[in-house]
Amino acid sequence: MSNTATTLSTATDAAASTAEAIAGAAETAGHATESAGMPQLDFATFPNQIFWLLVALVIIYTVLSKIALPRIGGILADRHGRITRDIEAAEKLKTQAVEAEKAYNHALIDARNEAAKIVAAAKADIQADLDKATAHADAEIAARAAESSKRIEEVRAGAVASVSDVAKDVAEAIVAALGGAADAKTVAAAVAARMKG
Amino acid sequence: MAGEAGNEALAFHPMDQFKVEPLFDVALDYFAVSNVTQWMGVTVLCIIVLFVLGTGKRAVVPGRLQSVAELAYSFVYKMVEDVSGHDGVKYFPYVFTLFIFIVFSNFIGLIPGAFTTTSHIAVTAVLAMMVFLFVTILGFIKNGFHFLGLFWVSSAPLPLRPILALIELISYFVRPVSHSIRLAGNMMAGHAVIKVFAGFAPLVLMSWIGVAVTPLSILAITAMYGLEILVCFIQAYVFTILTCVYLKDALHPGH
Repeated sequence: MSNTATTLSTATDAAASTAEAIAGAAETAGHATESAGMPQLDFATFPNQIFWLLVALVIIYTVLSKIALPRIGGILADRHGRITRDIEAAEKLKTQAVEAEKAYNHALIDARNEAAKIVAAAKADIQADLDKATAHADAEIAARAAESSKRIEEVRAGAVASVSDVAKDVAEAIVAALGGAADAKTVAAAVAARMKG
Repeated sequence: MAGEAGNEALAFHPMDQFKVEPLFDVALDYFAVSNVTQWMGVTVLCIIVLFVLGTGKRAVVPGRLQSVAELAYSFVYKMVEDVSGHDGVKYFPYVFTLFIFIVFSNFIGLIPGAFTTTSHIAVTAVLAMMVFLFVTILGFIKNGFHFLGLFWVSSAPLPLRPILALIELISYFVRPVSHSIRLAGNMMAGHAVIKVFAGFAPLVLMSWIGVAVTPLSILAITAMYGLEILVCFIQAYVFTILTCVYLKDALHPGH
């Protein structure tokens, strides 16, 4: 750092001395009538310059060190503190959000499991009810079927009896119509024999 | 200026701008209000406007002036911290005052017609002597007799050390001279060169050759002005960073 400063200063020194030479030449050429020498070397002006320089420096130093610098330092520190605090708060909120998300997901999974359990239980209940109802219905159907077949048997038996009665009557009527006298017994025997065959 | 010379010759008064003159009809003693007073007053006012009024709101999100003030603060603070070390930060207000005074004086001196206070060796010599005395006294207070170790190069072979000590001693006492002449010389030279070019500018009123010379001289003034803007900052920077380097030597002598 000091190296660069030194190089910089020597470079600018060189530039200054060249420029000074030019200025000096211009001066000697330009106004020989003027009193020789630079105003910078007029020692009569030194006390005035030094006095006012010191006044200015004291004012600047006082104003800066008492008011401006503590204030700017405070502003910068405040800003730094605020930024740090804000970042911390953001960090905290972020972790909170992550935790909330975790809790939410957890709750969601729990709720799903619960729902699945309830669904399974309901299914089982319904299945049981269904089975019971099915069994009940089966039993009823069986009972009804048995009753029906009994009735059918009865009807069939009744029908056979009626058919033989009708056959006997028809046979007696036919025999009578043919002019024969048929006694009931023979006709019945004949019909029975026919119906067997 | 051409008018003074009777319009028949170019008049060169490049050094007139550096004259110290009382503003009122009084002798130029210690307390006379002179153009030095006037322009130092302007400098002080500008500094107060920037650093006191500019930061008055203490805004967390800074406005324009406050940004500049904060930038200057951070710039010098970092310079002091980097160059002088942590214990140099204590002297930051002192270094900051020097930097701000020089940089404002330099730039205010660039206003056409203004008087450049830092172009005077009397001013820069006082600034440099203040740094020199401050640093020397501080070195002896902080390190006592060990401060003289600054001149005793213990890494060199023993026979060489007395010679090096002599060279170091001379260079130490040359410091305030180079410190002050560098700043005043740069400021004076730039302003004088601008004034010389400006002396050529009215040539177009007198001679046909001015048709070529006048635009060239105006161009040269503009270019020099741009260079001066750079020099104004760089010289303030160089002055301040050398102050920091000397401060480091006072706080940590020995190579």
